[in-house]
Amino acid sequence: MYISPEEIVETLTMITQQNLDVRTVTLGLSLSGCTHPDVEVMAQRIYERVTSAAERLVPVAKQIEREYGLPIVNERIAVTPIAQLADATTAEDLTPLAVALDRAALEVGVDFLGGFSALVQKGIGDGDRRLIASIPAALAATERVCASVNVASTRTGINMDAVLQMAAVIRGTALATADQNSIGCAKLVVFANMVEDNPFMAGAVHGSGEPDAVINVGISGPGVVRAVVSSLPADADLTSVAEAIKATAFKITRVGELVARETAHRLGVARGIVDLSLAPTPAEGDSVAEIIEAMGVGRCGGPGTTAALALLNDAVKKGGAMGTSSTGGLSGAFIPVSEDAGMIRAVESGALSLEKLEALTSVCSVGLDMIAIPGDTATETIAGIIADECAIGVINAKTTAVRLIPAVGKKLGDRVHFGGLLGEAPVMAVNEWAGTVFARRGGRFPAPLGSLRN
Amino acid sequence: MHTPAVVSVLGEDRVGIVAAVATALAEAQANIEDIRQTIIGGIFSMTMLVTVREEAVAFDELQRRLARTAEDIGVQITLQREDVFRYMHRI
Repeated sequence: MYISPEEIVETLTMITQQNLDVRTVTLGLSLSGCTHPDVEVMAQRIYERVTSAAERLVPVAKQIEREYGLPIVNERIAVTPIAQLADATTAEDLTPLAVALDRAALEVGVDFLGGFSALVQKGIGDGDRRLIASIPAALAATERVCASVNVASTRTGINMDAVLQMAAVIRGTALATADQNSIGCAKLVVFANMVEDNPFMAGAVHGSGEPDAVINVGISGPGVVRAVVSSLPADADLTSVAEAIKATAFKITRVGELVARETAHRLGVARGIVDLSLAPTPAEGDSVAEIIEAMGVGRCGGPGTTAALALLNDAVKKGGAMGTSSTGGLSGAFIPVSEDAGMIRAVESGALSLEKLEALTSVCSVGLDMIAIPGDTATETIAGIIADECAIGVINAKTTAVRLIPAVGKKLGDRVHFGGLLGEAPVMAVNEWAGTVFARRGGRFPAPLGSLRN
Repeated sequence: MHTPAVVSVLGEDRVGIVAAVATALAEAQANIEDIRQTIIGGIFSMTMLVTVREEAVAFDELQRRLARTAEDIGVQITLQREDVFRYMHRI
């Protein structure tokens, strides 16, 4: 079977000119054997488990990157939600566990490690309570650790007490990292319908249904899809646009499938899932907003954006599902504002608002992501935003999330700089009519009728 | 281990490109299975399907040697395992 020069050139062009890469190779690790009543001993066990199990992750990924000539942008680690280990100890402050994870991540050379997490969609256990209370200090004391809390699911409804607590934790984290533009909030996600095999940060965890160790791969490629859509004639109909995106998504996914297979094989661990997500980066051209604009919407956020994004997201899944039988994770286009140059332009030109972003999350993954808001935004307002996002996820049986940065000292129109893949975010306007009563009612928003599937 | 791979060469046309690349491959005992080569607007473009004998010269060592050849003759050379193209373009 010969591969034609045109096909070889197409692949090389995708890599060299259109930012084709594998966004993340994420090692999921169970920490269930690390529990101990003494939090410092548990921290040491966690450090040893992560450093020994992940020792070869980065060298192996780098070797695969060289052999295939294909950039693998990040190697990351996801661990058992730490709240599940917290019951073994009575320590109130779980920061030592986050510090151990941070040291382990540094030691093995990964930039982010996810799993300082709790699942409290139906109730908050004592370990969950201590973990949630530790989040601001833990994120301030660490660089690489990511925290996430699941507060809602389609099966259980929305835990409104947890929603309010998380709104306060987001503000607390912003304050605790105020000297670094509140960067702690960029490492904190509040979820509805969290998935347990997500390779992408900041929401990666290693779920309880997973094997001891597993490789999950997140594909990328907004730049490739944008180039393909741009190359279509201006009068191509949307069926043709969908077809072109689908064919491209297949090719991108195949690359992810190959990397997942090779990495798992060489590390001798289970092969998990390939996450079919279009994940933008701050690099020019590597933008989901620019795909929407290449499809013909005047500026991302303008009328037509939700339809265009829905078509894009669906076509990516259809192509991707042909490319791998191991689909999983979040699998949907991401719309993180700070990480997408086109989204930033759309916000600054007034085309894209928080409300439009909320609408977009009903047709794509994953939620209100990497959005800077004024530092003085009220806790009740943040809780209201989280509740709205959870409602979209719970009613539509999909994952939604909130990663807001109420940047301390910043106001509408300012910019918040995080650097690297986290990018730079314009502070967006927040609707100030949340009131103070709704978010403080608490209780459980009942599971929707759609949860009764048996 | 016999590893199928693709060599792609791109650069300004000049005397001796094919010879230099083929010599580097021969010295590493990598066998050339197929060659396609064209000149488009003065730009030399060549793709070769090769088999790398890793017991003779390791894959990354051959990559380093080809990088030196590329520097010597002023073209761009990449050596990639063939699976990446097969996965992407064949079902």
